[in-house]
Amino acid sequence: MADARALYQELILDHNKKPRNFGVLADANRKAEGHNPVCGDHISLSLHIADGRIENIAFQGQSCAICKASSSLMTSIVKGKTVDEAETLIREFRDMATGKLDTRNQQHHLGRLSVFAGVSELPSRVKCAILPWHTLHAAFESVENATTEK
Amino acid sequence: MIHRPVKNAAFRSEALDVTRLRADFPILGRRINGKPLIYLDSAASAQMPMAAIERMRRYQMEEHANVHRGVHSLSEIATNAYEDARRKVRLFLGAREDREIVFVRGATEAVNLVMHGYGRAFLGAGDEIVISALEHHSNIVPWQMLCQEKGAILRVIPMNDAGELLLDEYEKLFSARTRFVALAHVSNALGTVNPIAEMIRTAHRHGAPILIDGAQAAPHLPVNVQELDCDFYAFSGHKVYGPTGVGALYGKAALLEKMQPYQGGGDMILNVSFEHTDYNEIPFKFEAGTPAIAAAIGLGAALDYVGAVGLAQIAAHEHQLLSYATELLAAIPEVRIIGTARAKAGVISFEVGDVHPHDVGTLLNDEGIAIRAGHHCAQPVMQSYGVAATARASFGLYNTLAEVDALAAGIHKVKKVFG
Repeated sequence: MADARALYQELILDHNKKPRNFGVLADANRKAEGHNPVCGDHISLSLHIADGRIENIAFQGQSCAICKASSSLMTSIVKGKTVDEAETLIREFRDMATGKLDTRNQQHHLGRLSVFAGVSELPSRVKCAILPWHTLHAAFESVENATTEK
Repeated sequence: MIHRPVKNAAFRSEALDVTRLRADFPILGRRINGKPLIYLDSAASAQMPMAAIERMRRYQMEEHANVHRGVHSLSEIATNAYEDARRKVRLFLGAREDREIVFVRGATEAVNLVMHGYGRAFLGAGDEIVISALEHHSNIVPWQMLCQEKGAILRVIPMNDAGELLLDEYEKLFSARTRFVALAHVSNALGTVNPIAEMIRTAHRHGAPILIDGAQAAPHLPVNVQELDCDFYAFSGHKVYGPTGVGALYGKAALLEKMQPYQGGGDMILNVSFEHTDYNEIPFKFEAGTPAIAAAIGLGAALDYVGAVGLAQIAAHEHQLLSYATELLAAIPEVRIIGTARAKAGVISFEVGDVHPHDVGTLLNDEGIAIRAGHHCAQPVMQSYGVAATARASFGLYNTLAEVDALAAGIHKVKKVFG
């Protein structure tokens, strides 16, 4: 049974009220926009990447609490990681949110991100959680716009 | 803060015996997330009474064959049942003749049918179409498509902050080139009931035919198309307690007759050769292919049910629900009700502080409460209120005042989570 309130309480108390890395980087060398046309979520990511490592990252936009908390936690965790390490997290996060990765019984590198495992039981909200990760992938690929509607 | 239900005697519903009626809707007995289902999304799709479910089942088990085709008995039985459903729709809308009722997939298809059948045949470059700021996308996009194709021009009736159309501005929109008006009877996003009788007279004074999108009105208000004198009236079966996949378009016979067919195929023809085709009479001219026979018969049964309960009684009951919900929600700090027209039906749209409506919807779902969260296929309405989306609770004949209490309590819980 989905218990949305538990998920919200864990995430929102912190990241929705005080989002980390909220804003735009002045020295960004990669950018991407993410849209979820179904619910109107919109985020923009700006990154500074040097020698294959994410030196700095920031996000901005208007979105629901799940998307905002996911963006906030993502930026805190990938900052300082290499692009390759972040790509692994993108893949694992997608698998977790869509119920393909069981964070309790399978190996992963998600750490604190596993708080989002519960979103797999809220099918209509999976896209909200994944949007920042899609957008991060798009930024790496230098794609101008990411969307959950592929 | 703990929510205390308002024990106001004025809100004791006496219009309907809701406890008894609820037993007619099997789905209302189920649980969601371990809680009893509180279904406040009837404006998106209403639930079906057992009588309609059972009628469709019986049709499929005992009466099914293709309609208007066979010489065998079953085809005749099916045809009679299907045409009987058409008669029920005619009586429901107060139309003069059965042939003025065209079965369609829903209100969306009805609007598209009129756009193709009337708009593409009779409108040209520079002609003007009047719609309103309150329309659902289904009564905007088909007309935009027509404008793009023909070089016609869309004019939009503005509204005030309450969500009421400005009738003076409406009058001013008419010009010598106004050729058509398409207008919602009730707004799906705000619940505003438009004064369509007056607005139909205005359109006719300027010589323009008018289509009324009744998708959100048919479940809530008695409609009589002859008294209204509208040229077209559209509604969807599933919003008036029938099945999905069927709806009806009423059109004045003289207009339907001069319109071009919408789709070509079987049943809509009299004679076909490779040189020439003679089209069938109305309404069959507009019903190409095998229709949704079981759904149409189910709709007929749903309309019988609504008729037996009484639309006037349903309207009175829902008015109580809406007034009570408005009073409770308005009393919750940070809740903003969107759409405060004097005449409303069926729906209450709202925001909870700066909490995204999808978060409101997800958290209410935890309590077993089903509401709609989103732009309600009415993005221009959302834009005029400066929001991307709202939460919307909508009511049907089976909802109770206790469910409105539960909604208010659920909103308090949402606020608590977001602190």
